[in-house]
Amino acid sequence: MSNTASNSFISRCAKSRSFVIGGTITGFLLVCAIVSLFWTPGTVYDIVIKDRFLTPSADHLLGTDQFGRDVLSMLMTGTQNSITVGIVAVSIGLFAGVGLGLLAAARKGWTEELIMRLSDFSFAFPAILSAIMITAILGPGGVNSIIAIGIYNIPVFARLTRGSANAIWAREYVMAARASGKNKLSITLEHVLPNILSIIIVQATIQFALAILAEAALSYLGLGTQPPHPSWGRMLNEAQTLMFLHPMQAVYPGAAIALAVFGLNLLGDGLRDILDPRLSRKR
Amino acid sequence: MTLLTVNNLNVNLQTASGPARAVRDLNLTLEKGQTLGIVGESGCGKSMTALALMGLLPENATTEGSILLNGENLLEKSERELCTIRGNRMAMIFQEPMTSLNPVHTVGRQVMEPLRLHKRLSKAEAFEQAIRLLDRVGIPNPEERIYNYPHQLSGGQRQRVMIALALSCSPDILIADEPTTALDVTIQDQILELIQTLVAEEGMSLVLISHDLGVIAENTEKVVVMYGGTVVESGSTEQIFSQLTHPYTQGLFAAMPKLGLGRKGRLTTIPGTVPDLVNLPKGCTFTDRCPLATDICRNTPPPRSELGPHHQVLCHHLEQAIEARSRELYT
Amino acid sequence: MSVFFAKRFLTLLATLVGASVVIFTVMEILPGDPALVILGVDASEDAIQALTKELGLDKSAVERYFGWIFGLLQGELGNSYAYKVPVWELVEGALKITVPLAIMSMILSVTLALVIGLYAAANHNKTSDITLMGFSQLGISVPNFWLAVLLIIFFAVNLRWLPPGGFPGWEAGFWACFKALLLPAIALATVQGAILARITRSSVLEVYREDYVRTARAKGLSRRATLWLHVLRNAMIPVLTVMGLQFANLLAGTVVIENVFHLPGLGSTVLKAINNRDTIVVENVVLMLAGMVVVTNFVVDLLYAVIDPRLKAHDL
Ligand SMILES: Nc1ncnc2c1ncn2[C@@H]1O[C@H](COP(=O)(O)OP(=O)(O)O)[C@@H](O)[C@H]1O
Ligand SMILES: [Mg+2]
Repeated sequence: MSNTASNSFISRCAKSRSFVIGGTITGFLLVCAIVSLFWTPGTVYDIVIKDRFLTPSADHLLGTDQFGRDVLSMLMTGTQNSITVGIVAVSIGLFAGVGLGLLAAARKGWTEELIMRLSDFSFAFPAILSAIMITAILGPGGVNSIIAIGIYNIPVFARLTRGSANAIWAREYVMAARASGKNKLSITLEHVLPNILSIIIVQATIQFALAILAEAALSYLGLGTQPPHPSWGRMLNEAQTLMFLHPMQAVYPGAAIALAVFGLNLLGDGLRDILDPRLSRKR
Repeated sequence: MTLLTVNNLNVNLQTASGPARAVRDLNLTLEKGQTLGIVGESGCGKSMTALALMGLLPENATTEGSILLNGENLLEKSERELCTIRGNRMAMIFQEPMTSLNPVHTVGRQVMEPLRLHKRLSKAEAFEQAIRLLDRVGIPNPEERIYNYPHQLSGGQRQRVMIALALSCSPDILIADEPTTALDVTIQDQILELIQTLVAEEGMSLVLISHDLGVIAENTEKVVVMYGGTVVESGSTEQIFSQLTHPYTQGLFAAMPKLGLGRKGRLTTIPGTVPDLVNLPKGCTFTDRCPLATDICRNTPPPRSELGPHHQVLCHHLEQAIEARSRELYT
Repeated sequence: MSVFFAKRFLTLLATLVGASVVIFTVMEILPGDPALVILGVDASEDAIQALTKELGLDKSAVERYFGWIFGLLQGELGNSYAYKVPVWELVEGALKITVPLAIMSMILSVTLALVIGLYAAANHNKTSDITLMGFSQLGISVPNFWLAVLLIIFFAVNLRWLPPGGFPGWEAGFWACFKALLLPAIALATVQGAILARITRSSVLEVYREDYVRTARAKGLSRRATLWLHVLRNAMIPVLTVMGLQFANLLAGTVVIENVFHLPGLGSTVLKAINNRDTIVVENVVLMLAGMVVVTNFVVDLLYAVIDPRLKAHDL
């Protein structure tokens, strides 16, 4: 019985083109990040001036940058940075946001009103601008930019959670559970959370992609990851001044960001098709 | 000439699990001014038949056979030609009055639209005509109501607006697909009576679709009973109700709430569920639910028998079915 | 209608007041003493004290907040700490770049979205639809500042059609300014337009399944007429919502894009002011940006009421 259920789940995964392509890209980036922890084809942290701006060769598949660092190795190591940012920023948003959303749906009344007004209000501040202000308070740096992005994720998850949780609270079986005297916490954990999990997972992949974009933008502005840690946004920033002479330096890191975001978005789409067929039909 | 003739109509719907045969070998005729009822459980293909007549089937549908309106085959007409027929010579009322009107346009604008389109009336003429139509379908204060949006009207009033809209160009045929299913019982009778009166006054033909044998019995001259996408029994209302024949028709009748029995009269239902339209059984589709079924039913399509003039039944066990009328087939 | 209007207007005011408090508080927490930043680390204690007094920074936070707000109500933005000139002078030129840029990219992205979204919906599941949606998926993934760099490399460096950056000033004439803003506007509009195109498409497809669309077809309207007369207006409701939300992203995007194209707009102004701890400039500019977002969403709410008659009834 459970065997056939899991079989159909796997076959549904395999059937969704978005899921397969998105999953492959995401998996590939994950492998790059892990491999780069132990091995990279060239040097990332050492400056070798004599090797500046080498054109692609067998030694340096994508050439070298203005400090003689191997571009491919930098890109691979940059994956670590983006994935870390994504995981941490989404986790912050996920824990705080889902918690607040569940609370709002369970408590209703002024708690809900307060949480919703606060999150409404935060949407008046453009995302990057908030992140810039937050990094301005905390000072530029990788960790601070992650926190800034994470904080911005909180209202996104809070809204989504509250909306979907409210729908579950209105279902008959939840009412039945309430009538039988179960308290709100156990209803939330037993009925509400499991039922909205798929929607939250889908949103998490999308926010993951947005976090990577936001971190790249902050690093590009010089507010995020600081040298010498390789970061795609940072690489783009350094390449911009060389745009006229060495345009390819600017092409690679941006392509890496685009690939990661593309993969995650597709993965999110695919997951939505698989986890919630009802939602995907509506799109 | 017969106004409408449907010959061997087949509608296949492409679905994820294969082609579903929503309508199979369906035959109908409708004379000018005649009223025809189509009855059957939900999912038996009534709406698909109606939509096929209108040329409004979903995109995943393919059709075979012919639908002749005054001798012209609608299935061979171009979309452009069909647009001059829909709403003009053939009009339709839908089941859901709550969602069948556009929420962002006034009812006046929606009633005026076919008049402007088919009759080429000026705005002022169409406006006048729309007020007259709304008045005729029993909307009080049509001069004011014409500016209302659908959400400002009740379900019954919305269905009246739908009727006004369908009648606006005096079509030859009005198709009403469960026009009262979504309404309160008291409103239901009013709406059916309104349809009756207007159809009679205009000399229109009516195709009334319902899952309720009672509604059909009171409002139409001819009946076709559909099961699993095809007609299992057809004839005049008189014939069908006086000589309930097909085991399925008998079942529908048994499932009808009967006046006077009160709470003690138990409602019987036909056991089982409608057949899977993707994998239809080889023989009679009613086999699995039929109290009279034998092996032959399962494997051979039932023959068509004439019980009287125009009274046709598709059943392997005609004699037993006729004999069963006197006792209760379903308990 | 008037109740609806009044309600929304009150929300707008409340949001602006809230925004001003948050911005002010953030700037209070922001480490770094403006006087110290202006005078440099080796300035004498006395000089710093004097400057602090001169800038009015010795007053309490509450006093300074209300001073700022009452100034704003009288149209006074105050004086920049770093440059000693009225803030308005610093901001005026920046506004004349950022506002046209935002409007230009909004128009571009909405046009792009409607054309692509409607075309794809009309050709649902055909090759053109699938291709367009594939491209829009790509468009969503591209970071706008990278797209900006690519546009510069291609159109400014290789083709030399458009300037790679900078702004000639409106004295140089409309055409020169338009050319300077065109690439930044495209960079901003592409991503937003791609998202909006997908929303438009799915919204149109969803409305196509509504019963009243079938009614319209049953009246004898052609597919095309149904799309224009019955589908479009209903489909615009969610599109409008997203448009309003996107405007905030668009403004935020200008901060980054102005940096790529070296445009002295609001984004550059605010980044520079943060570095200079020119608190009062930051406060005013961020409040302006938040104000634009709030006003845009107010307008969107009003447009809702125009499109959807059900809203008025609900809110009355
Ligand atoms: N768009 C569709 N795609 C596939 N199957 C459909 C579609 N619409 C209806 N069906 C199926 O076609 C059959 C006939 O439906 P319908 O004509 O609406 O039944 P009725 O009106 O008699 O209740 C049903 O089994 C239904 O599930
Ligand atoms: Mg039906």
